[in-house]
Amino acid sequence: MRLFLAFLAGGLFGGGLLISGMTDTRKVQGWLDVFGAWDPTLAFVMGGAIIPMAVAWRFTRRGAPLVGGSFPAPPEPVFDRRLIVGSLLFGAGWGLAGLCPGPSIASLSYGGIGGLVFFLAMLAGMAVAPAVGRALGGTRA
Amino acid sequence: MEQDWLFGLAGGLLIGLGAALYLLGNGRIMGASGIIGGLVDRSGWSSWAERLVFLAGVFLLPVLLVPTLDRQASTHLTGNWFVVVAAGLLVGVGTRIANGCTSGHGVCGISRLSLRGIVATVLYIVAGGVTLLALRHSLGVI
Repeated sequence: MRLFLAFLAGGLFGGGLLISGMTDTRKVQGWLDVFGAWDPTLAFVMGGAIIPMAVAWRFTRRGAPLVGGSFPAPPEPVFDRRLIVGSLLFGAGWGLAGLCPGPSIASLSYGGIGGLVFFLAMLAGMAVAPAVGRALGGTRA
Repeated sequence: MEQDWLFGLAGGLLIGLGAALYLLGNGRIMGASGIIGGLVDRSGWSSWAERLVFLAGVFLLPVLLVPTLDRQASTHLTGNWFVVVAAGLLVGVGTRIANGCTSGHGVCGISRLSLRGIVATVLYIVAGGVTLLALRHSLGVI
């Protein structure tokens, strides 16, 4: 059950990324590039995704997940160097190529060698991240 | 295209439904960088099968959907290898240090009005905008 639901959730995510146009780096960069030909699509995607999730969060106030266990607790409101530096580095990379982790996987089948190289570089970045994070100090969220 | 916002909204709703299903069904936050990163650095190894199956869904649905599109699916990724590698490294390091990306901090965080999610989202959008302003409009390299 857990694995079936995970596959279904992943499928909705991947299909949604493709249909919304978010695996197209021109649309993502078009949204970030307010000084160029600005493309508002990403705001519609984000808005559309937040609606079902806002409803879902309301259902987590009582009860438990379908497969058991408990719902994730709200994160401690910690605004440390990790959150700030990490988000800035991510944003720089996102602007550079127009890909983030979800779309990089969703587009692997049609993103060509470039998409594969981005994906592998991203995995390498993730592999060294724990050491970089320790150097920055702060809490391990 | 004129209807881009409509496809954006429809695709966004699917993304949100996936996130809602992962939360209410499995009790998990649907954050792509956390799901991948937990496998890479082994911090999430205890739930490796769930993570792998989720990622298989993310990869496979587009494989099934692409032939039904009326247009060629393309990422239009830059052909500049230095930019591709640098961007991949930055995205990988940054999302793991910040403990989230567009799906975790953005979709899941903002929808529960998490201040961490909102702050992260504002920061990575500003950083992306400044990067394009500097490298595209000032220096003209991307």
